[in-house]
Amino acid sequence: MAQNSTSAVADRSAESEGLVVQKNLVKVEGLWKLYGENQSLATDAAGASITKQEALEKHRTVIALKDVSFSVDRAETFVVMGLSGSGKSTLVRCLIRLIEPTAGRILVENDDILQYDESQLVQFRRRKVAMVFQHFGLLPHRRVIENAGWGLEIQGISKEERYERTQTALDLVGLQGWEHAYPRELSGGMQQRVGLARALAQDPEIMLMDEPFSGLDPLIRRSMQGELVKLQRDLKKTIVFITHDLHEALRLGDRIAIMRDGQVVQIGTPEDIVLNPADEYVEEFTRDINREEVLTASSVMDKAEIVLLNSQTPKEALEILLSRSLDSGCVVNDKGECVGSVTVDEVARASKAGSTDLASAMNGSTKPVSKDTSFGQLIPLSLASDRPIPVVDDDGKLVGEVHREKLAAGLGSRNHINNVD
Amino acid sequence: MDYPLPTEKQGISFSQLQNSALFVFGLGAGVVAVIVFAAAAIWGSQMEFPIDAGRSVGARIDAVVDWTNINGDWLFSAIKIVVIKILITMEDALLWMPWPGLVVLVTLISLRLGGTFVAAFSFLGMMGMGLLGLWESAMETLALVFTAVTLSIGIALPVGVFAARNNRFDAVLRPILDGMQTMPSFVYLVPAIMFFSLGNVPAVMATIVYAVPPAIRLTNLGIRQVSPEIVEAARSFGTTPMQLLTKVQIPMAMPTIMAGINQTTMMALAMVVIASLVGAGGLGEDVNRALGRQEPGAAAIGGMSIVIMAIVIDRLTQGVVKKRQDALRGT
Repeated sequence: MAQNSTSAVADRSAESEGLVVQKNLVKVEGLWKLYGENQSLATDAAGASITKQEALEKHRTVIALKDVSFSVDRAETFVVMGLSGSGKSTLVRCLIRLIEPTAGRILVENDDILQYDESQLVQFRRRKVAMVFQHFGLLPHRRVIENAGWGLEIQGISKEERYERTQTALDLVGLQGWEHAYPRELSGGMQQRVGLARALAQDPEIMLMDEPFSGLDPLIRRSMQGELVKLQRDLKKTIVFITHDLHEALRLGDRIAIMRDGQVVQIGTPEDIVLNPADEYVEEFTRDINREEVLTASSVMDKAEIVLLNSQTPKEALEILLSRSLDSGCVVNDKGECVGSVTVDEVARASKAGSTDLASAMNGSTKPVSKDTSFGQLIPLSLASDRPIPVVDDDGKLVGEVHREKLAAGLGSRNHINNVD
Repeated sequence: MDYPLPTEKQGISFSQLQNSALFVFGLGAGVVAVIVFAAAAIWGSQMEFPIDAGRSVGARIDAVVDWTNINGDWLFSAIKIVVIKILITMEDALLWMPWPGLVVLVTLISLRLGGTFVAAFSFLGMMGMGLLGLWESAMETLALVFTAVTLSIGIALPVGVFAARNNRFDAVLRPILDGMQTMPSFVYLVPAIMFFSLGNVPAVMATIVYAVPPAIRLTNLGIRQVSPEIVEAARSFGTTPMQLLTKVQIPMAMPTIMAGINQTTMMALAMVVIASLVGAGGLGEDVNRALGRQEPGAAAIGGMSIVIMAIVIDRLTQGVVKKRQDALRGT
């Protein structure tokens, strides 16, 4: 009953939005997958509080997915991370119905794909979504170009168009020149490129990637991750990426969902996961993460305590700083763009010299940094600077400042750190 | 990800269970022993079964066969026409080519599929058959075997595919195939004569019964053995069941299916002599006649020709299997 009414609400909101492009492309609601005797646990009230162990012993039922809900935005890379047995592979297979969930809803553009009949499902798989597999799943008796064109071939697309589109995909993943090789003649990394090209040739909105790089050796894995990031920058696909490797998750994910025993433990941005782990389980994972790489200026910046306009005179600035008993302040121009910062000493000196231009006072000013600047780059800048570093957004607008003490705290204990959205 | 099904949590420990099971078994064995000895003491060792139904059950089966023979005549006639048509076409094709042509052709194919040794064996074997005056018999046998094998493939592919997709059908099929392989062939030769009268047609039909099981079994096995990862990947792109079968499963299962066809061919050759009992011609008939005339030499020559033929066909089909396997060799 409850489910019906929520779906009605969802439908109405979809209608009212009309042609507006939905932010959420994929929305998973209360997804369950059970194996075993008592399938009703998914819909029972009893199921909600049951543990994996209880379900196994009392009901002879394995809980693979327990009430999983999340949504994925358009063009987002959503990483699902968990150890083996956490249900992450089951989850991604449910999204394309290679495994049928026991209960729940999977909305893709507000369409519940679990309601699709056989032919709708085939169309969904052909047009909307494509998957990349850990074990590649290439056909050994077909050449690279025929493997990569598989999705197009079964749609009945003509050979010329198929080869053209496949070739574009192969070029994207750097396989030009290998079109007529057989999979067995390629290394693991290159075979996975074929798998990737096969998915890209389909030009899907959603890409599901089930541990695509887990079978590759570390060096190749790293370079493939880098290439995926680069590809994604241009293609802007909606990606659901499965991995057991937190480093990979942090590197690729816009947001990360951490799974354990079939449940989602935490969903958040990489910084969120590292700085505010939801429980000990997540904390354990994040322990050996190199924070310098994951954390950025935005996660430790404070609101700028004072904003000075560059049209003000050094004298006015001095008065403002002294009245607030501050050592320094950020300076913005009339468009709100940050141009630097000044210290009390600097404005006092400039004022004494009779200067009327505040900009000329900013002698020792540090250049503002982007909010995405990593700790690794921030640390030397901060050590060399005698004042907080201004932080700006992509448009150059001031969004905050980084204090040296906060930076040190971010590397160490996770207290005193901002919550990041 | 596959999860193992939960195992039953047992109330008693394994050793307890073992002890109690042992006890029950011992008690049962004791009771049976007492009954057996008591019966032997009372009725003696000449004791008979209460009824003897063999004769009447046999008569029932006779009646069923008779009924089928009369009422299924249209079907058997149709089958007969088709089989004869295939047989004649095959035989004409084989005898149309003058013997040097066929010898050279087979030798070249052997060279390609099996190497120099197989090619030399094929050449010498075929020349031997020809020089011993068995060429025409050999071609008739070959036509018979090819006809049986062609029809067997026609049956085995759909049945094997269906068995691979349907576990219940597979479970029913398995004992039937066991029966077809172990049932003495004389048993079905008699109804074969009744349905198709004497000649090559009942021989082909009996050969199919005996030879088709390995092709079905290996088609089933081959399709079941296709890597689930590949099947899953293919399905994820929106493959229909038919596309999955024709573009993924059958090509991937081909070496196994070919191995089944190889087995079927070998078994069909093994039936050649028995089939001559219902009037089939060819090398089988030669051997059979030599048996009747007590000419061990003629029988040996005919028999050796069958063996040579079997070896050549085996090496050629094995060569095809190996080529397919190499093409499918994975990562």
